[in-house]
Amino acid sequence: MDLLYSDEDLAFRDQVRAFLASTLPPDLQYKVRRHLRLQRDDYVRWHRILAAQGWAAPGWPTEYGGPGWTPVQRHLFEEECALAGAPPVLPFGVNMVAPVIMAFGSQQQKDYYLPRILSCEDWWCQGYSEPGAGSDLAALKTSARRALDADGEHYIVDGQKTWTTLAQHADMIFCLVRTDAGVRKQEGISFLLIDMRSPGVTVRPIAMLDEDHEVNEVFFDNVRVPAANLVGQENRGWTYAKYLLGHERTGIAAVGRSKRELAFVKRLALRERKRGRPLLDDPLFGAKVAALEIELMALETTVLRVLARGEAAPGPEASMLKVKGTEIQQALTELMVEAAGPLALPFDPAYLDGAREHAIAGDDDAAPLAGYHFNYRKTSIYGGSNEIQRNIIAQMILGL
Amino acid sequence: MHFELNQEQQQLADAIRRWIGRDYGFETRRAIVHGDAGMSPDAWATMVELGLTALPVPEEHGGFGGDAVAMFAVMQELGRGLVVEPYMATVMGAEFLRLGGAHGALLERVAGGELILACALGERGSRHDAFDIAARAEAVDGGYRLRGDKRVVLHGAQADVLIASARLAGDGHGTDGVTLFAVPAASAGVSVTGYRTLDGLRAANVVFDGVAVGPDAVIGGAGEGGAILDAALDYGAGLLCAEALGAMQALFDATLGYLKTRQQFGAPIGKFQALQHRMADMAIHLEQARSMAWLAALTLARTRGGEPGGDGDAGRSGGDARAHADASANANSVLRRRVVSAAKYRVGLAARFIGQGAVQLHGGMGVTDELPASHYFKRLSLIEQTLGDMDHHLERFIAQPGFREAA
Repeated sequence: MDLLYSDEDLAFRDQVRAFLASTLPPDLQYKVRRHLRLQRDDYVRWHRILAAQGWAAPGWPTEYGGPGWTPVQRHLFEEECALAGAPPVLPFGVNMVAPVIMAFGSQQQKDYYLPRILSCEDWWCQGYSEPGAGSDLAALKTSARRALDADGEHYIVDGQKTWTTLAQHADMIFCLVRTDAGVRKQEGISFLLIDMRSPGVTVRPIAMLDEDHEVNEVFFDNVRVPAANLVGQENRGWTYAKYLLGHERTGIAAVGRSKRELAFVKRLALRERKRGRPLLDDPLFGAKVAALEIELMALETTVLRVLARGEAAPGPEASMLKVKGTEIQQALTELMVEAAGPLALPFDPAYLDGAREHAIAGDDDAAPLAGYHFNYRKTSIYGGSNEIQRNIIAQMILGL
Repeated sequence: MHFELNQEQQQLADAIRRWIGRDYGFETRRAIVHGDAGMSPDAWATMVELGLTALPVPEEHGGFGGDAVAMFAVMQELGRGLVVEPYMATVMGAEFLRLGGAHGALLERVAGGELILACALGERGSRHDAFDIAARAEAVDGGYRLRGDKRVVLHGAQADVLIASARLAGDGHGTDGVTLFAVPAASAGVSVTGYRTLDGLRAANVVFDGVAVGPDAVIGGAGEGGAILDAALDYGAGLLCAEALGAMQALFDATLGYLKTRQQFGAPIGKFQALQHRMADMAIHLEQARSMAWLAALTLARTRGGEPGGDGDAGRSGGDARAHADASANANSVLRRRVVSAAKYRVGLAARFIGQGAVQLHGGMGVTDELPASHYFKRLSLIEQTLGDMDHHLERFIAQPGFREAA
């Protein structure tokens, strides 16, 4: 794709590569490239290295500490980080709550929260989904009642959130809560920032199919939240949530990450043998890899076509990038498991968590792949299921 | 980074679209398809007037020297309009002549619209491998004698000059002895049997039975036509990707219109989720195909030199310059093959999905001759069988050095 970039863009990319070569800690890179489980400190350590460079929030305006990059530079930065095997910067603070605070928050909220997000002082999680509100998010029931006592105006929050990613590490949660049950369901929702250490907040892990602890249920029992933690106006929360969806970035396609994983599949398939020859040279397996590589090449070009228009956010076209991007990510994990074959069967959580140096069955490369593959079924379900994305394409792009 | 036509290209595309809207409507096209000539002299004259035949011809031979992106703009419109004239056959033939470098006079006549070309490459046993050549050339009396049986030569019966592949030495599927000739269709020993194809075009079987040609008929070097053949095939495949993109867009638009107007169960059928999701998937295919058609055009524009392997390098001298030029030309060819094969594969996949989906969503009307939908479907399906199908290009993609490099 080099032929599509300007010389300035390529020079910028060199700069990013040099930075990554000198600052990405090898132990983190090892974990990411080998599909091992990342711990809280792994994320925080890398976030702070980026923050020290001024690169932790590539999409932020410079007034809040963003680097002032063009959409193409931002794309190159994210791609190079992914290719190098840097841990992802989790989106909940930097890319989800921060833009809402910038657009709708009070001056006090901006002054207090944004620097703490940038420096990873606060770990944020997202309180949207509920047991009865998945794809139909606006059906959410967690309630916030306004009250006044000697300590001032506040809300009392009761209810339950679910699928809350890494809530076990979180300092803060941004929540959609119901503040008016008597109006159309979208019109009675507010956007509230809640301290996870508040009395009455309980986090309960949800065991996932790869036996990893990634998501949680979060319960709110009579939780007192200062009224100052309301973002924007009461009952306008749905608008703010939609604002965020409208700013979905091209990064949703995860092209850089998929390129790294494609290279991993190829390395594995060059090493594994079928009837004495590298698996990659097997016509059946090779054809699957090639078809996927071409799909990824097309997706990368689709992303670049959006960026070439000078826009950071593609609008409803983001739904296409999400569907195609996740289909590719899932197909790559399928090929990993296929390439590993029977070696994908042994399950060794101690190795995945870093408690053991080598996998018990002997193949460090292969040990994490089955779990990784199962885990990645989530991608077509989260962030608006791929069926919801198709509804958005049909209705907002095609006008059906 | 640029994925837009420039102003000149956009103006040309608009002019083509206006012409098609005015003079090349569905019924006009139907009459041409069913006529004896298999093309329309009036339409051809307009295409010449619009500058389409001059567009890809180098300026020194009376053309405009348009690159692959300019041709992308043209082919996209011709695909949208389902134009059946022998344009693709002619400009692909012209690319052979341009790469060969010694047929300026012929190119001048192509630019002026006086000459229709066709590429006589495929044979009964070659399927999609244009290097599987059984036709023989024999050096005699300072010239050559050609024998061979070429099949499904697009617009072979409309052409004045045939670009033919034959083998001067060697056999099998390789580049050994591959030689390309420009053969006047009226030469003694050439027999042409023309016929229709189901997508509205024309093709022909062309038999060379001891056809005598002079040494000046050779395109490129005798026995050294392999690189030109490879490059011209890629150029043609790139053109087909653009044509298919135009056809897919038109078919997609027609289908979307149908979903919004056709009523069943008291509602436009586009209100039903099963159909919406199918259409959403077609939209994704269309964008992925558009990306690859663009990427192919940009890559062809960037890598399309003169004679393959002959790129100069003024900054160096002697063997060093030659080695550097060869390496750079080789890297360009590898990139070109990789991207064009990826594009032809991906566009083929989309053409199948969108073509079949559009027919399905049109219901019974989709399988009639009456609506344009079936005609787009047929053209898209047969483009897939032209200049390499999906399997051919996937295999070729795998065979390029980049595939085994797990970067």
